[in-house]
Amino acid sequence: MLATLSISPSYLLYFVPLVISIALVFGATRHEDNALILKHALGTARWIAGFMAIILFALFVIEWMV
Amino acid sequence: MPPDELTLIEVDGIEIDLRNRVLAAFLAWLVPGLGHYYQGRTTKAGLFCVCILTTWVLGFALGGGHVVYASRFPGDFRWHYVLQSGVGAAALPALIQGKRMNDYTDYRTGRTRESYRPLWGGFMAPPTRPVLDDQADDVSAWYARHGAGYEMGTWYTVIAGLLNILVIYDAYGGPLAVPISGKRNKDDEEEAIAEA
Repeated sequence: MLATLSISPSYLLYFVPLVISIALVFGATRHEDNALILKHALGTARWIAGFMAIILFALFVIEWMV
Repeated sequence: MPPDELTLIEVDGIEIDLRNRVLAAFLAWLVPGLGHYYQGRTTKAGLFCVCILTTWVLGFALGGGHVVYASRFPGDFRWHYVLQSGVGAAALPALIQGKRMNDYTDYRTGRTRESYRPLWGGFMAPPTRPVLDDQADDVSAWYARHGAGYEMGTWYTVIAGLLNILVIYDAYGGPLAVPISGKRNKDDEEEAIAEA
């Protein structure tokens, strides 16, 4: 299915270090307590991954419709 | 300088002395995490340094070392550099290389003199001139050589710069008060009502 989107599945791995960095920095710029930083980072990572999953799903639907 | 009410804040039950805010913000820009280290917030300093510089280095490597350069020539205005420069010292060599390129380039013709040689083996140097859409040039060669890595590397370094802007704000004024999602759970609301 990914081939129809003209990308290699390995390219999806590029988003892993980005999500980790963004989530940790977002968490750490909103809290001072380490436990709260990690909790916020997990929430942000989940939110970003979910958002990307929705976009991916939308692309699959568009590809299926065209 | 002794801490006063302007530099002392409390977040998550932890008291923070922001010390000289402007200096902390400058240090945070210069090296991600350095401003926090200056304020004694060593855990966050390490986290910011590792996260942002790792993202930066990964992006730089993905793009073959050519994704960070400063250029404002017609046809190759590198606006990404404005955002990449958020990481401070790590992006400064590009400014020096860009200045050198400007000195050797004729604005009327857009051509760089043949005597031009970039510093440091071309590290963060702009592509040679002219850069024309219908001709092969350095940028085209970089894209051809690194493929999607060039684009990904550009975005990695841009995101690293943008993340450091948040870090600079954190060093200047402390953690942002509002969660990124803006969502408050039921327990928080009950707690707020109880406190009121």
